[in-house]
Amino acid sequence: MKALVFERNLPRFAAARLASVVAGSGHGVGVGPLELLEVDPPSLPAPGWVRLEPRLAGICGSDLATLDGRSSRYFEHLVSFPFVPGHEIVGDVKGGRLDGRRAVLEPVLGCEARGIDPPCPACAGGHKGACERIAFGSLAPGLQTGYCADTGGGWSAGLVAHESQLHEVPEALSDEAAVMVEPTACAVHAACSTEPPSGASVVVLGAGTLGLCTIAALRHFCLPGTLVAAAKHPTQRQLAADLGADQVVEPGEVVRAARRLSGTLALVSDAGRIERLAGGVDIVYDCVGSPESLEQSLAIAHPGGDIVLVGMPGVTRVDLAPLWQREVRLRGAYAYGAEARPEGTRSTFELAFELVASARLERLVSAAYPLERYEEAVAHAAAAGRRGSVKIVFDLRRKSRSRTPSEEAE
Amino acid sequence: MSPRPGFVLEVDRSTPQTLFWRGEGFGLERLPAGSRVLYGPEPLAALRDPDAAIRHALDHPLGDSAPLRSLLHAGMKLTIAFDDISLPLPPMKSPDVRQRVIEAVLDLAAEAGVDDVVLIAALALHRRMTDDELRHALGTRVFDAFAPHGLLVQHDAEDPANLVDLGQTDEGEDVELNKRAVESDLLVYVNINLVAMDGGHKSVATGLASYKSLKHHHNVRTMRASKSFMDRHHSQLHTSNWRMGKLIAEAGVKIFQIETTLNTDTFPPEMRFLQRREWEWTARDRASFFATSKALERTPPELARRIFHSVKAPHDLTSVQAGEVDAVHDRTLENVFRQQIVPVEGQTDILTMGLPYICPYNVNSIMNPILVACLGLGYFFNLYRGRPLVREGGVVIMSHPTPWAFNPVHHPSYIDFFEQVLSETTDMLEVESKYETAFATDPWYIHLYRTSYAYHGVHPFYMWYWCAHALEHVSKVIIVGGDRAAVRRLGFSPASTLADALEMASDVVGRDPSITHLHTPPLLLADVQ
Repeated sequence: MKALVFERNLPRFAAARLASVVAGSGHGVGVGPLELLEVDPPSLPAPGWVRLEPRLAGICGSDLATLDGRSSRYFEHLVSFPFVPGHEIVGDVKGGRLDGRRAVLEPVLGCEARGIDPPCPACAGGHKGACERIAFGSLAPGLQTGYCADTGGGWSAGLVAHESQLHEVPEALSDEAAVMVEPTACAVHAACSTEPPSGASVVVLGAGTLGLCTIAALRHFCLPGTLVAAAKHPTQRQLAADLGADQVVEPGEVVRAARRLSGTLALVSDAGRIERLAGGVDIVYDCVGSPESLEQSLAIAHPGGDIVLVGMPGVTRVDLAPLWQREVRLRGAYAYGAEARPEGTRSTFELAFELVASARLERLVSAAYPLERYEEAVAHAAAAGRRGSVKIVFDLRRKSRSRTPSEEAE
Repeated sequence: MSPRPGFVLEVDRSTPQTLFWRGEGFGLERLPAGSRVLYGPEPLAALRDPDAAIRHALDHPLGDSAPLRSLLHAGMKLTIAFDDISLPLPPMKSPDVRQRVIEAVLDLAAEAGVDDVVLIAALALHRRMTDDELRHALGTRVFDAFAPHGLLVQHDAEDPANLVDLGQTDEGEDVELNKRAVESDLLVYVNINLVAMDGGHKSVATGLASYKSLKHHHNVRTMRASKSFMDRHHSQLHTSNWRMGKLIAEAGVKIFQIETTLNTDTFPPEMRFLQRREWEWTARDRASFFATSKALERTPPELARRIFHSVKAPHDLTSVQAGEVDAVHDRTLENVFRQQIVPVEGQTDILTMGLPYICPYNVNSIMNPILVACLGLGYFFNLYRGRPLVREGGVVIMSHPTPWAFNPVHHPSYIDFFEQVLSETTDMLEVESKYETAFATDPWYIHLYRTSYAYHGVHPFYMWYWCAHALEHVSKVIIVGGDRAAVRRLGFSPASTLADALEMASDVVGRDPSITHLHTPPLLLADVQ
């Protein structure tokens, strides 16, 4: 079968990094360790595992960071090579209780998938994203499908999945909607695990897939008082407003917008540039994960406020003096598991299915490419905002030219 | 030879191209045959001895007022308020007329043994002046005598301890003024009346007031009913200020008003071609134009801005009158009209105007998009008596680069107004009802207004309201050569060239419109029959 395979190849990894630094994100793929190969399908590791044939598989920010050679060395022990990327997957199940059905993959490879019994405390509590054993057990290390040598990944014609990872897709949900469930679950977890109090002022930095889904999740599950979104591109701005942002501003305007929202004073340079707010907003969701966005978050979070890193950060140099002096809480929001809701504990994926359907998040899928055109697909994903797009996916349903969802509908 | 009066030129095939300002630059445009170009009267002759004229005015006041020297006595509390950085435009060469007048007043005060004297820059909600700006306006002698002792202050409309509420007018308008000015035995107000809008009761009632007072006449309703605010008897802005003036007088505030008029000699000799009629340009004028305009094309905008803002106008004093407010102001208006009136027959379908680099609110600063709108639709559109130059439903075409740029020290709330308010709505009444109070009471803007050099938080609203009459009157506003995004944010239409703009205007006014160009400088006031 065909698969995009990411090898451990340090020279090509360095070349990818250089290319992405020189020419921009997405340009590392041509010289990097990713190759389209003819490979054998992965074997089923153990009982309880089934085959999954992807229909659509998304390209996410962490994939791009990997292809660009920008991902943190922190992950070195949490992946195994060679791996097939792709963890945002809707596909057809072959075998097991869901045989013949469509399913969305919950890609975290926690204790149950790894055959670890008893499970770690996090998995026992349903919080798979916080699994302590992702480098252990019967599988090669891999924090998720798409980073593990034993499972394959979504950017291929087939992979293996533990039955506990699969969520059946309702008939009414299109493939485009279903492929949005995984990124939406990340946003749902970010919103629900840090649920802002009623009336809280919230800023969401970034309006790519994660940012837009976070806006939708906050509006759907948390009802913050006022939600300001920073979005760079016109399509993103329109979607941010449609999904529930009260105000959408350019990234360069967000500090001033946060100041207006909080009604606070600001400290300015001699040239009048606002350096940071005296007070600020209650919660900042940083869906960018860059040093600049973290610095901006620190400039606008009020003393005692929260900064939630939703976008995957890397090695970052940032002045933490304001974090210390203002007692700001900085926390991450990774993956998913179970969320405490007023009606009781619910699976993050269950909530994500609900949100995808109600907010019509299939509209975020902007273009689909066959595996053979992976370089174009990656370039498109890296420039998605600029090109008026949001989520770029691989279409494994047939070998064809790239199609937009509307073309697909026709 | 006496200066020639204003003139309306009808463009024909032999008419040379017309000069259009474009911010920190200018160019020549060929207007269609049949267009009219309005030129203001040539600058009036200067008073031969301005200091003597000032002393004479102080000794021979108008209206029901005694000579200034008889109003001064030892032990009294004297306050001298003066117009701020917004006047004149461009700032005038030294000595500034405020310096001349204030020195004369201080000489009389010294003769009378008055030792409790405070000078107040009548900022209203404008930014504070820097020491250099104050020194330029008042002269080194006055500045050094007062500033180090805390006797030269700038009106602070947000200092409750130094404001006093005088009550309400018959129309329920609050009058809250500077406490020192109100509680003085005599308040001398020193005006520069560059245009007909300036002076009269507006000087004290606006220049020394708080937001609580100002909001009664700086609002959409009032501005729409000021037709124009250069025509005091048809201006609700002035009617309201006059009501406040009456209340101020009834409260016992004794005002000695000094008003001065300047001629329209706007630029120094090397730039004088800018105020000459193009067909009268000499070879030297043409050479200056081409050299200057070409050099400016290659000059970075910030440098060009610095160069232009360093220009000092050779304005000369043409009259000075002092005494009782109404009598003084009536005489002042006669003198302003003598300098600026141009009779014009009938309105026009399209009014064109070239907007220069400066307006009252960006001296030594950036002309941001809101100020571009205000200069064109607030000030230039309102340079009329009788009827607007452009007919109802007509089109205004302005040329200006309209950069999406702001001075964050001077105009912090303008940035937010542009980013937040105008991105949501440009509708005057919605802007006013939904956002004004929040901006006016924002503690950060208040802090910057009081301690830095920032215009008050509400000021961009006022500049927007300044456009209210024009925007209600015309169908379309086009800016030639402006930043397209900024122009659209204002709700106007961008055009690359004047020809494109005229083509766009034809959608509204047809293929054969009448066109009138407002040529400034020199400043003029169209008396539209």
